[in-house]
Amino acid sequence: MSLFLEQCFNKMNQGEVLVAYKGNIDADLIANTLKMVELKLDNSDVQNNIKKKLYNVLVEGLQNLYHHVDTPLDEVQDDETKSNFGIFILNRLDNGFRISTGNFVHKDKVSIIKKKIDKINSLSAEELKEFYKFVLNNQMFSEKGGGGLGLIDMARKTGNKLEYNFFDYNKTHFFFNLTLFINF
Amino acid sequence: MELISIDGTPKTPSVSMNPQTGLIEIKGRSIPENSIEFYKPVVDWLEEYSKGTAPKTVVNIQLEYFNTSSSKCILDVFKKLEMLSKDQNDVLINWYYEEDDEDMLEAGEDYESIIKVPFKMIQIVD
Repeated sequence: MSLFLEQCFNKMNQGEVLVAYKGNIDADLIANTLKMVELKLDNSDVQNNIKKKLYNVLVEGLQNLYHHVDTPLDEVQDDETKSNFGIFILNRLDNGFRISTGNFVHKDKVSIIKKKIDKINSLSAEELKEFYKFVLNNQMFSEKGGGGLGLIDMARKTGNKLEYNFFDYNKTHFFFNLTLFINF
Repeated sequence: MELISIDGTPKTPSVSMNPQTGLIEIKGRSIPENSIEFYKPVVDWLEEYSKGTAPKTVVNIQLEYFNTSSSKCILDVFKKLEMLSKDQNDVLINWYYEEDDEDMLEAGEDYESIIKVPFKMIQIVD
């Protein structure tokens, strides 16, 4: 694990940890993570609707990693950067859950992602609903999936603003960190 | 025309489609990485079904939760049903949601506002 990723991981990790992972993101990992989180919350005092919201947002966050990683092809050739590398951490806080995900993105995508999240964060609940319906009904299907619905859906379901950071990695790549909060 | 019966998995819902009775059911979780692949047989079946429908088509959707790539595919399924409805077929979509699940109710209402097919929102009470 490079020092850079270690630092990103530490910045992302806060509170009581339910799951923390760094490595290759594939379909099995997503299924296993969900199963593990469900088991952990099975006998907890968390309300059913909140659990469902958490699973939903968690899957969306993990599948975002699965579909949208830009692996940097640079001088670093260790395992993390060769694979479909991502980080995710699920914390339980006093007043809710915190999901933080991280993945490499090419620098050309940074302003597009920023613009998109800033737009989502500027919308009211009612505007988000309309925006979701518009994208659902008008955007083309893509092999990658949601056609840009993921971030809108996460903002809508959590009812909170999406927090993000771009950590400078090298000349071509940034490490994109997205954090979501689900209130109890 | 064949009856379709697909078992559910941790990531995909169970699907049953009966051309004789016109009963279509999708139940469980829908969170596959590749939703288009999963829903293709459903959409294709509806295309075929539109050539000779049952007197009444009832669609029961009872999902625990679904990812956004599924939401696109579900819309595609509903658009096929909308075509059936436009062709003077009797079509009803029953959208089930658990008592405290506002998100699932809202998701149903989103579809209801986009698709011109009668929807019935049905609360599941334990």
